[in-house]
Amino acid sequence: MGQAAISVVGLSKRFGAVTALNGVDFEVPAGTVFGLLGPNGAGKTTAIRILTTILRPSGGRAVVLGHDVVREAANVRRLIGLAGQYAAVDPNLTGRENLRLIGRLTQLPRSRRRPRAAELLDRFDLTEAADRPVRTYSGGMRRRLDVAAALVPEPPVLFLDEPTTGLDPQSRTALWELIRELVRDGTTVLLTTQYLEEADRLASRIVVVNEGRIIADDTPAVLKSRLGNTVIELGMGDEARAVRASAVIADRIGEPPERDGALLRLASRDGSRLLLDVLHSLDVDRLVPHTVTVRESSLDDVFLALTGHHTRSQEPSGGPGGGPAASGPGGTPASGPPGSPS
Amino acid sequence: MTATGAVAGAATGAGSLGARIAAPVRDGLAVAWRNLIALRRVPRLLVFSTIQPLVFVLMFRYVFGGVVGPALPPGVGYVDFLIPGIFVQTAVFGSMNTAIGLATDMQTGLMERFRSLPMARSAVLSGRTTADLARNVFVVALMTAVGFALGFRIHAGVLSFLGGVLLVLAFGFAMSWIFAVVGMAVGDPETAQAAAFPVLAPLVFASSAFVPVSTMPGWLQAFADNQPVSKTAEAVRVLVLGGPATSAVWEALAWDAGIVAVFAPLGVWFYRRAV
Repeated sequence: MGQAAISVVGLSKRFGAVTALNGVDFEVPAGTVFGLLGPNGAGKTTAIRILTTILRPSGGRAVVLGHDVVREAANVRRLIGLAGQYAAVDPNLTGRENLRLIGRLTQLPRSRRRPRAAELLDRFDLTEAADRPVRTYSGGMRRRLDVAAALVPEPPVLFLDEPTTGLDPQSRTALWELIRELVRDGTTVLLTTQYLEEADRLASRIVVVNEGRIIADDTPAVLKSRLGNTVIELGMGDEARAVRASAVIADRIGEPPERDGALLRLASRDGSRLLLDVLHSLDVDRLVPHTVTVRESSLDDVFLALTGHHTRSQEPSGGPGGGPAASGPGGTPASGPPGSPS
Repeated sequence: MTATGAVAGAATGAGSLGARIAAPVRDGLAVAWRNLIALRRVPRLLVFSTIQPLVFVLMFRYVFGGVVGPALPPGVGYVDFLIPGIFVQTAVFGSMNTAIGLATDMQTGLMERFRSLPMARSAVLSGRTTADLARNVFVVALMTAVGFALGFRIHAGVLSFLGGVLLVLAFGFAMSWIFAVVGMAVGDPETAQAAAFPVLAPLVFASSAFVPVSTMPGWLQAFADNQPVSKTAEAVRVLVLGGPATSAVWEALAWDAGIVAVFAPLGVWFYRRAV
C-alpha cells in the first residue's frame, strides 16, 4: 500500500491531426479514488482507453500495478475492470447471462460464476429483471448492469468512465456508496466525470483536464477553496438594477460580483453568511432580487476560475448537483436571466 | 494485496504451451455461446438465412431444371446434381452473416469491454465463425429434408453423405473467416453486406454449384473449374452421388485450410487495430 496503483508519465495520443492527450502526468495511490474531471472532448475517455489497453498511446508511458499497459497488456487486463460511457452489455442476453459471460471471459472458476452473478444482480437491484433480455432494460438499468459487469472478476483497479451519467439520483447515490465500499476493501478507482460534486464526494484527488492537458491537480478541498464551494446567483430583473445592486454589494463585501446581464453571481466558502449580508444590504436600498439561487459550485465555475473562460461544451442538465447547478447560465450568455418566470 | 498475488500467478500460467492453445478455444466457445443465444432470441436471423436457400432450391429445381437436365451426365437427375450445389451455395452466402454480425458488434460498446478483458484476441472472431458454423449445421439439415421432399436421394451410402456434409461445413467455416476480415475491415453492417455480394455472386454462379461448367465459355471455365466453390461442389457430389474417386475432396480441403491460414491471422490483426 501507499505506492502508486496507476502511474502516467508524459502520456499523449494523437488521432491524425487531432491531439486528444498532450503530455499528461499523474499518479493514483493504491486504495484511493482518483477523479479525472473535464468537459466533453477534454481527453478523459482517451486516457481511460489507453489505461485499459484498448488504445495504444502515441507517446509517454502508463503503468497499472507495475505492468506497462502496452508491453504487458495481457497482465494489465487481469487486474482491471472497466465500465465505459456506453453501456457495454449484450442487448440479446439477459442480465444474468451477461454477467456469466464476463465471468467466463475473465476466467472466474466455473463454480463462482453463478453465485457472483446473483450477488451482483442483487447488489445493483437487478434481481427482478435478471432473466429478461437486456434490450428490455431502461437506460439506467443498463448502466447499472454495465458497472456490475466491470466488478465480476473483483478487479483491484477499477476504471469508471462517467459512471453516473444517465442514472437517476437514487441509483447515483447507491453507486457512490458502492464505490466507497470497494475502496474501503482496497480497490483503487479512477473515475471520470463532468460533475465537480461527484468528484468532490468520492475522490481524494482530482485532476482537471482541458483540451488534452492537465490544468489542475489537487485535492477537492483545495480546488473548491479557489473559488468557494457555494455559488449565489441573483436575478435582478433588468440590467440597470443589476448594475446598481452590483455597486451596493461591492460596497458591502469589498469586491463586485460577476455580472452577466441582469444576473449577479458570487462565490463563497460561507454561503449563508454571504447571502444574509447581501440580501440585507440590497433590502436597505430597495433592490430586492427577482430570483435567488444558491447552489454548489459546478465544474463550469471551476473552469471559469482556472481558465478564465467557460467550458466549451454546454453541460447537460440533470447532473448530480440537480437543478441549475449543471447548466451554468454562462453557457448561453445571450439568453438573459434564466428562470425568472418561475 | 493478496488479490494481486493470485492474479499474477494466473498471468504467468498463461505462458505455457497448453494454455496458449486452450485459452483461445475456451474464450472462443464462450463468445460462440453468446452469439448462439442471440440467434435463439432473435429468430428472424435464423429464419432469413433459411428462407433464401429454400427459394433457391425451388427456383433452380423448377425454373432451370428442364434446361440443365440434358447437359448433365447420363443417369444423374437434376435434383441430385442441385442439392450438393445448394449446400455449398448456402454455406457461402451464409458466411456473409459473419461479416454482418461482426460489423454490428464493432459498433457496440461491448467490443470496448472485450478488448479490456483478459481474453484471447482471436475469441471475438472465432466465436462468431463458430456460431455461424452451428447455424450452418441447422440450415444444411433443413436443406437435406427439403431436398428429400423434392426427390433428392443419397446414392453413395450414409457415411459418405455425412462426409460430404462435413466438407460443406468446413468450407462454410473457411468462408466465414474471409468475411470475418471483411466485417472487421469495413466496420458497419450495411457496408459489409454491400461489399460481400459482388464477391460472392461470381464465386457461386461462375461455378459448378448449379450448372455444369462445360456449358461456360472457355475463359470462364478456367476460373470456374479451379475456384473453391466448384472444388467443394464437385467433392460433395462425389461423396453424395458416388462416382469415380477424384482428388476433389483433398483439393477442397486444401482450399479450406489455406483460407483459414491466411484470413484468421489477418482477422486478428484487424481486431487488434480496429477501435
